[in-house]
Amino acid sequence: MQLYLPIADIPVNVFLILAMGAAVGFVSGMFGIGGGFLMTPLLIFVGITPAVAVASVASHIAASSFSGAISYWRRRAIDPLLAAVLLTGGSLGTALGVWTFTLLRSLGQLDLMIALSYVILLTTVGGLMFWEGLRALLRARRGGPVTTRRPGSHVWIHGLPLKMRFKRSKIYLSVIPVVVIGLIIGFIGAVMGIGGGFILVPLLIYVLRVPTSTVIGTSMVLTLVTMVFATMLHAVTNHLVDAVLALILMIGGVTGAQFGARAGQKIRGEHLRLLLGLLVLAVGVRFAVELVLRPEDLFTIRQTGVAG
Amino acid sequence: MIARLLLTLGGLALGATLAVAPARAEKLIVSVSNHRVTVTPNYSGEELVLFGSVEKDANTPANRTYDLVVTVAGPRADMVTRRKERRFGIWINTDSRQFLKVPTYLALFSNRPFDAIASPEVQRRQQLGLNNVLLTQRVGGDYADVVPDDAFRSAFVRLRRQHGLYREETSAVTFLTPTLFRTGIPLPAEVPIGLYNVEIKLFADGALVAKTETAFEIVKVGFEQFVATTAQQHGFVYGLITAFMALMTGWMASIVFRKD
Repeated sequence: MQLYLPIADIPVNVFLILAMGAAVGFVSGMFGIGGGFLMTPLLIFVGITPAVAVASVASHIAASSFSGAISYWRRRAIDPLLAAVLLTGGSLGTALGVWTFTLLRSLGQLDLMIALSYVILLTTVGGLMFWEGLRALLRARRGGPVTTRRPGSHVWIHGLPLKMRFKRSKIYLSVIPVVVIGLIIGFIGAVMGIGGGFILVPLLIYVLRVPTSTVIGTSMVLTLVTMVFATMLHAVTNHLVDAVLALILMIGGVTGAQFGARAGQKIRGEHLRLLLGLLVLAVGVRFAVELVLRPEDLFTIRQTGVAG
Repeated sequence: MIARLLLTLGGLALGATLAVAPARAEKLIVSVSNHRVTVTPNYSGEELVLFGSVEKDANTPANRTYDLVVTVAGPRADMVTRRKERRFGIWINTDSRQFLKVPTYLALFSNRPFDAIASPEVQRRQQLGLNNVLLTQRVGGDYADVVPDDAFRSAFVRLRRQHGLYREETSAVTFLTPTLFRTGIPLPAEVPIGLYNVEIKLFADGALVAKTETAFEIVKVGFEQFVATTAQQHGFVYGLITAFMALMTGWMASIVFRKD
């Protein structure tokens, strides 16, 4: 069934988009991530402009992280204070990100920057995850104890001022690194159309040493609020949010996520991390290939204004 | 470049006076099948039909054979064409050209090749064919069209043609009788909304003998147009609604799939 997307301005097959939403939802449910880093590239590959894809995926991630956040809230697995401090940085980062997005778009370099940041971020994070997962797997096979690495118990971060007690997470920490992490996630989320969960969770665990009981729920709250904020800002400044596209994605996404979550429970942790690492790496490499290969057409046209 | 623009403009003025000068031997009467095309969400393109006839009078030389050129121009807009080049091993946009107030849709139809209809000089003056249509570019501080084989101009025309938005067909006009003609105007799914001008030019023995104009309008109706207009004009409300919709979907999902 063909449907015309009002903002993306192209006709698409509803079932294709629904299936993409469900597939990404499955993956996101399985790994406990938002899945924006998969959704945005997929939309770009089916012909939706990167700008519309980034802006519309923001609202899709808002939906999936909201349903996630509700269930984590019921289980009291969210640290409200930590979420609030992350959010102060996150909102600022999102605003900066949308501003950068608008600027790059007017310079004609937005598509390049989106592709470049995908390459850099995804190959780095994916590579690290893959390596980490591989090592854990090899250790397990050799019969050694499976330990998650927790680098240096007293790094410089713990010497920073403005310390605060986060009761639910049972940590005593300076607010500076928390705000900075929120800022970075908000910024890349708005520019790249990703929730940033797959970067935020490792950062919270390894850098801030947030316990695993509250880490995913809290990261979902940050994702939720920054993505709602990003949706608003993209809608107001760039008019690029395609609500019809977003709705189809959301419906597919939230459904797929339920099945993904069930599948995820059956797979061993290190296998899961290895798979996720591979997936992230693959998307990054796909973008890199795109940049290096000679494009099919060297020319592109963009309408800049209606003259009536 | 400027010289060519002036030449074209001069040619246009000259062409206009020439067209009026001969006694009005022929008159064109035309009509399109639909003056208001509505684009609905499942619109996948359609074809309008233009009908017309050549009316002769006492002054008309007998046994004259006619050629016809139909130009359909959609609403005008500014567009940027960018070229990618390899820098530091990757392909990035480097050079760009701005096209000013060019038609978003442009179709040129005739009954036989333009070269057979008129001399290159007349073709240029009457803007027959995509190579001769005026596409104004901003080149530095100047505004001008460039030669047809300019890299940006030809890429622009080629890309528009790929989307079916620029067309040139020299066998699309058919004469049903020596004076009665018809042509189809294909409107693809991506057709821009707005007012479309149709210019019909009649040639005999390589010279313009009559011309007339008509128009039709393309409007988008229904939900999707409402969405597009709201997004453009009420960004804040649109954003609020989209965000609210996202939260509702998420909330519904958490209820529907609640395990306990």
